[in-house]
Parts: sequence; structure tokens; C-alpha cells
Amino acid sequence: MTSPTSTAPAIQVRGLSKHYQISHDDDRPSTAGEALLRRLRNPFRRTTHERFTALDGLDFDIPQGAAVGILGRNGAGKSTLLKLLTRVAAPSEGQIRLRGRVGSLLEVGTGFHPELTGRENVYLNGTLLGMRRGEIQRRFDEIVDFSGVEKFLDTPVKRYSSGMYVRLAFAVAAHLDTEILAIDEVLAVGDAEFQAKCIDRMRRSAQDGRTVLYVSHQVQTVTALCSTALYLENGRLVMQGDVDEAIELYRTSRDRAVLAPTDIERRAGTGELRITSATVSSPLYRTTEDKTIELVVGSNPSFIGKYFVSCHVNDRNGTTILQCDSRVSGLWLDAGLDQKIVLTIRSPWLKPGEYTVDLFVCSSGVLDAFEGAARFEIHPVLPYEHAVSDEGLASGLVLADFGYERR
Amino acid sequence: MPRTIVINPPGRLPLPSRRELWEAREVLWRFGVRDLKLRYRQTALGVGWVVLQPLLSAGIFSIVFGGIASLPSDGVPYFVFSFAGMLCWTLFSGIINRASPSLVSNQALVSKVFFPRVLVPLSSVISVAVDVAVAGVLMAGMLAVTGIWPGWPLLALPFWLLLVVLLASGVGLAASALMVTYRDIQYIVPFALQTLLYASPLAYSLSAVGDDIRWLFDLNPLTWLLEGFRWSLLGLAQPAPWQIAAAVVTSVGVFIGGMLVFSKMERGFADVI
Repeated sequence: MTSPTSTAPAIQVRGLSKHYQISHDDDRPSTAGEALLRRLRNPFRRTTHERFTALDGLDFDIPQGAAVGILGRNGAGKSTLLKLLTRVAAPSEGQIRLRGRVGSLLEVGTGFHPELTGRENVYLNGTLLGMRRGEIQRRFDEIVDFSGVEKFLDTPVKRYSSGMYVRLAFAVAAHLDTEILAIDEVLAVGDAEFQAKCIDRMRRSAQDGRTVLYVSHQVQTVTALCSTALYLENGRLVMQGDVDEAIELYRTSRDRAVLAPTDIERRAGTGELRITSATVSSPLYRTTEDKTIELVVGSNPSFIGKYFVSCHVNDRNGTTILQCDSRVSGLWLDAGLDQKIVLTIRSPWLKPGEYTVDLFVCSSGVLDAFEGAARFEIHPVLPYEHAVSDEGLASGLVLADFGYERR
Repeated sequence: MPRTIVINPPGRLPLPSRRELWEAREVLWRFGVRDLKLRYRQTALGVGWVVLQPLLSAGIFSIVFGGIASLPSDGVPYFVFSFAGMLCWTLFSGIINRASPSLVSNQALVSKVFFPRVLVPLSSVISVAVDVAVAGVLMAGMLAVTGIWPGWPLLALPFWLLLVVLLASGVGLAASALMVTYRDIQYIVPFALQTLLYASPLAYSLSAVGDDIRWLFDLNPLTWLLEGFRWSLLGLAQPAPWQIAAAVVTSVGVFIGGMLVFSKMERGFADVI
């Protein structure tokens, strides 16, 4: 096809911004009575809100038939962007031009009703996603076949295993005939075989000339599926282009965040308590060595109650390998004093490579989320007696302390 | 060639485009069918409830108001008299009752998938319409048994039904949108409906109302509509022309008002829920 229409971009975004109004919990009217009372007391005062910019002046074009990964750290605005493109939320500024319908798969099973049977849900969900009755009927067998739940079609989905549920939900969305398909982090569920099937299905969609947008933290699936990528940071588009380049940016973003300890107030969480410093005892550890992280949490006398801390250790792909929650060890802290806390991680053995540390301060909600608080590296010397080629270690997220013997 | 969709920031009063509503008509239908299917699933009597509910209510009314309080029913058997009112009331309260919590209970959908959101509360009309249709068949049976024949005013019945649907949907739309931000609505709605049930000439005739408080009843849109229903179904007195005019103006006005409130709040749904 050489007609000029086929080369026009499938998605054209100009000056796109999204702002959220955040009002702090203590002064937001949550009941109509309260809102009315306040209006009566101060009839002319408008409630003051803090403005949070989730997306800031995005400009980009996506050509037809492209499979585009959207990468970025938590809070970079990926999901907001997808919400705007799928029209779930309205933009605050700017314009989006879409050539064709957008089918979305924002969360598997949205629109599935537990009491309805699989068959009924296929029709309901298909309609919600924008399919016509005839379209669903025509593709019904294909959908069922793809999902592999034909035996349970007339069973209410509340009796389904979560795997079956996901497969059926994905099958419906995968058979959407919309020109643009938006997918958010759905492949995180389901077994490996099904995941491969899904990726294959989506890749074929793109080959058929459909445009696929894909948001995920799983770098592997992005590489497998996408030809180009958008990389977002703090609501801004940092780059659009080659997947590998974007992934490299994503990987190094954690490191950059560590090097430039972003101003405390930009961090997520309510901010009632903040981590003022975080240090690892060494930048380089051996696999078997204890890793120590020291953090200081500032005091806040007006904060009532105790809090706990939690530490995530993430590998280079951003997968969280370890979660060390202080509640597990019975540690609760008093907000009246500055607290210096030392976390020692003794096992498991971490694989050689780079790791980043996220620290969280929580009570009933998250008070401070310090992502990329620290980083360390694991020395490439292995703790095993014998050397082995890479494929002998590649699978598995950590190294086990194990032994074989013949009996 | 696929058509181009342009998304802009919403204006002050973003009304849903008719084209979008038309394209999503199947969603309306599916929602209605889903509600119907779910309503009587896991009930022993199943669809029997559709028949039983209006009969029981009308029965209680005729015992309490007709039997014990001996209120007049304008020469019609009391049971038939109150059942005609019940028909109007079931439609009115059913729509409001089902529409007002609909957005909150479908929040997962509203915050994840795009479709014209007005369809969620509006779909309650479909499932309530089935109840009313069944009650309508019962009504026809009663008229046949008692030999009451309203004559040509019966032709006006669809008109009254339409007015009730407009009035109730308007209230339901506004209530569902407000409930997203203010959960108080879920307590106000049942209370308001219960008050209205007794404040409207539903279980009793307007002729039983004293002259001193008659003006209160004249202000109630439901009075006009109930009078209209009874005129069309039982051949009782025709409502005054001003009542008919006021009923049209109020119903259409409330519907448009509800639509505007809904549209005004709609853009924030995905951000608030």
C-alpha cells in the first residue's frame, strides 16, 4: 500500500498533559454535609488544591502497525498515558488523534462478573471492549479455543481458577478487531506457555497492520514484542526510538536516580515521615557476604502511632527479588524521635550483577517511598566449587545454597 | 479507512456525543440483560419475584389503607386501584434505586474501560422495564376480571410511562454521579423514596386528602403522573391540563438536568473512584 493514508500516523499526540488535583486528606470534604457546611461558611473561598502533573507536554507520533513499548519507572506516567489514549481519563491539555478504534486490555478480567458464566462473560466483555454482537459470534469459537476453557463455558467464572480466568479474559481482548490495541502489564499473570502464546498473538496483530501499545515492567516481554519504545521519566517523554536504547535508559534510570537523590518532596507517599539518609555498607559484595543497609528516618512529633519500614531489592531488570518488611522481625518505630535503623540481609545468595534498593516507610498507608535509595553490586565470583557455563546459572533469580549426593 | 478520533480536554459541559451513544447501544443492552440475569440468580423463586413483589405491595396497601383505614378508592376495587399506582411507582422507584448505586458498584469498569458512562445508570431502565411489563400483564388480567375498561385514554399510557422513565432517569443519573464523590447519597435515596411513597397518592386517592394540605400534593410531580396512570388504566378523572403540561415540563427538565449534572461530574470519575 502506497496511498498516503496508510503512512499517516495511527496515533498523533500534541502537547498532551494531565494534571490531578490532590487535596490533602485532612481537609477534603468526604461527605455531602461537610461540603455543604464548608460552602456555607466560606461561600466565596474556593478550596485550594495542590496540582500534580502526571504527564507534561508530550508530543509523539506512532506509525501504523508499530508495536510500541512504553517504559518508565513507577510514577513516570505510563499508565496515565495509556488511560488517556484509551479515553478512560480525559486529558487536561493537548490533543490526541487516533486513527481507528482503540481496544484496551488495562487489567485482565475487568468487566468479568463472577456470577455470570464464561459464555455470558465473553459476550459482556467483548461488547464492553467495543465488539459488535456479530463480531463476537463469529469469533466465539476462536476465542474459546485460544483460552482453552471450553469445558467450563457454562460455569460461573467465580468457580474458575485464576489461570482460567486470565486466559479467557485475554482471549477476548486478543480477538478484538480494533485498529489500536493497548495492553497494560497483563502478561505478568499466566504460565510461561500462555505468556508466549499471548506475545505471539500480539506480534501477529502488529504484523496484520494493527498498532500495539504495551506497558510493562518485564523488560523481556517488551523486547520480545516491541519494535520501538517510548521512555518516560517524571511525566516527560525522554526518548522515542529503538527498544534496546529505551531499555538501557530504563535500566540506568535507577542508577541515575541514586546519583541524583531527587528532592525529598517529589517522592511518593504522604510525606509525614521521610527517610533522610540511606547507605549500604559497601558498594561491592561477595555473593555469600552479609549486606547491610543503614537508614535514618526523620522525626515528626505530630504523627500519631508507630510505623514500620520495608526494603525492596531489585535486580537490573527491575524485578523485585527481596522484600524485607520490618513487621516480620517485630520492629515498629516511634515517630517522635529520629530513628537510625540497620538492616542486615544474610541470605539468599544474590547473583552477580547490579542491584538497587527501594525503601518504604509505612503505617496504615505509605508515608515515604524512596525508590532507588541505594545500589550495590555483587562480585562475579561464584560461591560454588565448580565453574559452569552461563546457561547453568541463567535460570532462577537468586542462587541457592544446595548440594547433590548419590544415595 | 478507519475514522479518526480526536480527543481534546473536556469543555465545561461535555455532553456525550450521539454517535458514541449509538455505537455503544449494545453495551446498554448487555448491562440491562446482565442485571436481569443476576437479580434472580441463586433465588429459589427466581422470576417469580417479579410477579410477587407488586402483588404483595398492592395487597398490603389494600389491607392497611382500604381495609383498616377505609380510605376511598373512587369506586374501583381497592386492590386494583392501588395496583395501578404500584405500576407507576415500581417504574419510578425501581429506576432510581438501581441507577443511583450503579456507578459505584461498577467502579472497576468505569476506571478501566472507556464507554459512554451514562449507559451504566441508564441500563437500569431496561431491567426495571421487564418488571413493569410483567406487572402490566397482571394489570390487564385484573381489568379483564373486574370488567373495568378505561376506553381511549388507554392510548395515552405509553406517554405516561415515558414521562416516568424520563423523570426517574434524570434523578437516577444525578444521584449516581453524585454518589461517586458523596457516598451520603446511598442513605438519602432510600429515605427520600420512602417519604415520597407515603407523600404521593399511591395507596390512597387524592379525594381522601384534606383541602388544607391539598396544595402540597398539587406540587408533587408524582401526583400528576399517578393521576395520569389511573386515568389511562382505570378510566378515572382526567388530570387537569395544567398538570399534564407541568408533568411534561418537569420530566423533560429533570432528565436534562440529570444529564447535565452527570456530564459535569463524569470527567472526574476515573480520577475519583
